[in-house]
Amino acid sequence: MRIALGPLQYYWPRSSVFSFYEEVAASAADIVYLGEVVCSRRHELEFEDWMEIGGALAAARKEVVISTQALTESEGDLKLVRRAVANGVFRVEANDMGAVRMLQGTAGWVAGPHLNVYNGETLGLLARLGAARWVAPVEATRTMVSDTLAACAAAVEAEIFAHGRLPLAFSARCFTARRFNLQKESCDYRCIEFPDGMLLQTRESRPFLAVNGVQTQSAGVYSLIGELPELRAAGVGIVRISPQSGDTPGLLRAWRAACDGELAAADARAALAAAAPGAFCNGFWHARPGLEAA
Amino acid sequence: MELVCPAGGLPALKAAVDNGADWVYLGLRDDTNARNFPGLNFDQDALAEGLVYAHARGRKVLVAINTYPQASSWTRWTGAVDRIARLGADAAIVADPGLMGYARRAHPALELHLSVQGSATSHEAINFFHEHFGVKRAVLPRVLSLAQVEAIVRRTPVEIEVFGFGGLCVMVEGRCALSAWACGESPNTGGACSPARAVRWQEMSAGLESRLNGILIDRYAPGERAAYPTVCKGRFAADGESYYVFEEPASLNTLELLPQFLAVGVRAVKIEGRQRSPAYVAQVTRVWREAIDSLEKNFAVKPEWSAQLARHAEGSQCTLGAFSRPWK
Repeated sequence: MRIALGPLQYYWPRSSVFSFYEEVAASAADIVYLGEVVCSRRHELEFEDWMEIGGALAAARKEVVISTQALTESEGDLKLVRRAVANGVFRVEANDMGAVRMLQGTAGWVAGPHLNVYNGETLGLLARLGAARWVAPVEATRTMVSDTLAACAAAVEAEIFAHGRLPLAFSARCFTARRFNLQKESCDYRCIEFPDGMLLQTRESRPFLAVNGVQTQSAGVYSLIGELPELRAAGVGIVRISPQSGDTPGLLRAWRAACDGELAAADARAALAAAAPGAFCNGFWHARPGLEAA
Repeated sequence: MELVCPAGGLPALKAAVDNGADWVYLGLRDDTNARNFPGLNFDQDALAEGLVYAHARGRKVLVAINTYPQASSWTRWTGAVDRIARLGADAAIVADPGLMGYARRAHPALELHLSVQGSATSHEAINFFHEHFGVKRAVLPRVLSLAQVEAIVRRTPVEIEVFGFGGLCVMVEGRCALSAWACGESPNTGGACSPARAVRWQEMSAGLESRLNGILIDRYAPGERAAYPTVCKGRFAADGESYYVFEEPASLNTLELLPQFLAVGVRAVKIEGRQRSPAYVAQVTRVWREAIDSLEKNFAVKPEWSAQLARHAEGSQCTLGAFSRPWK
């Protein structure tokens, strides 16, 4: 089982991002996804900065993938996607069919989690267009993953979002700006104040969701750390860990040990819980509401 | 400009046709469509009868097969495509690329429209579906501004359809797992958001409460108008304050934008509401027909149009939604 560090979903200060990926270079991750995937207004890092970080990670023998924005609305958004696609060095993760159109005919790109690939027919089509890896949708069940891979004629690597707050929804509206009665175009970049997203609780104080700009996440931490044998049996070869503010290198270390059989699932879970921003859940994999824990 | 109206059953289909819809869109009675609610939609006989009724009056029927099939149920979706092609539907509304490929191969004469569930928000995405599957029309997610819609129209040969009236998704359609997260029912795969079976209304001392799978979505003070508990319409606490975190419940009403839709080249306007009554379909269709027909003269929104539409608005509030972006 290989370990991927997913793209950073949050807006962190520039210096934090650079020091974060310095640690990642020395971490247990095999694959690292880079780039801004949520909001094109965020500017602490430019495209060149991501490429520089990619170079450093590649030198540390990590596989680097440049990821792309899930929601593209404007020509400006599309320009950013085109730049990522034409980076010339690293493979690219498509999170929108527009990106797929730009990538089709090239080899080795990644069909990202926001493409809505739910069956072998669609996956087969993307494979014929050059996709080498599929990241299952966040709501993927065990049956869906194994059936999709079985029904797909082409050999495609399978990756699944296995740890972190789930990216559940995207909107044109910025909900962080809304919280502070700010317009999106003059948002003061308030999302930088919430390194793991802004928690939403029900009016009974139950943690429910987290707001991350135009993206809505789960409040609970989706974790498939207890499902490793099932993941392997379903054909998953890569687990995606999502960056969090607290001790991501430790997170990657615990996952590595669990994958290598050096740490029992229960011990790994305990190790991961310490720095987690929310309670663990795993409902989607078991065909239950995502927020439930099976 | 064409008017595309919803039908949850035969009476609504007839109401749409009788009141001036150019197209009526509907779904089959299962999870192959994104309004999979009990008691709603068309079985084979009803669809056949609806097709005869619409075609006899020169109108077209669109069938939404716009959820995402999985391997275990793949043949239910391909069977639905086969059935509607055989019965003579004028077009299918599809989101899944794999299913589109099937429809193209098996029924090359069946016109394909890209569903809003396909989440295509750029000309690049829309042209992908055009080049691979010959998609003739695309329905845009309700997140784009008028200028963005115009930019898309200029860069694609695909006809563009926009939502003009009715319930409003705050999130990009096809990119929202909030219902699945809360109650396990996925709009993408199961065709329902916040299904009635998971919804509970309770009158408590603190007020009327709406719950989804036990999760408190909202609590209403006496006299406050309650909205159906989809997650995005709920009130939650963020950073110490309880409020409508995503958006106040409101309905989309873009009647005043009709001349601009026409000017930027929008091909069709769609009315939301397959789950609504035949009376809703009749009244809303009539108003929009009259408005579209008056576009060639001196167009002005008549007060009686607004009054009639306001009666059907959720939370009694109307909004221009993303087209005008007051929050931008």
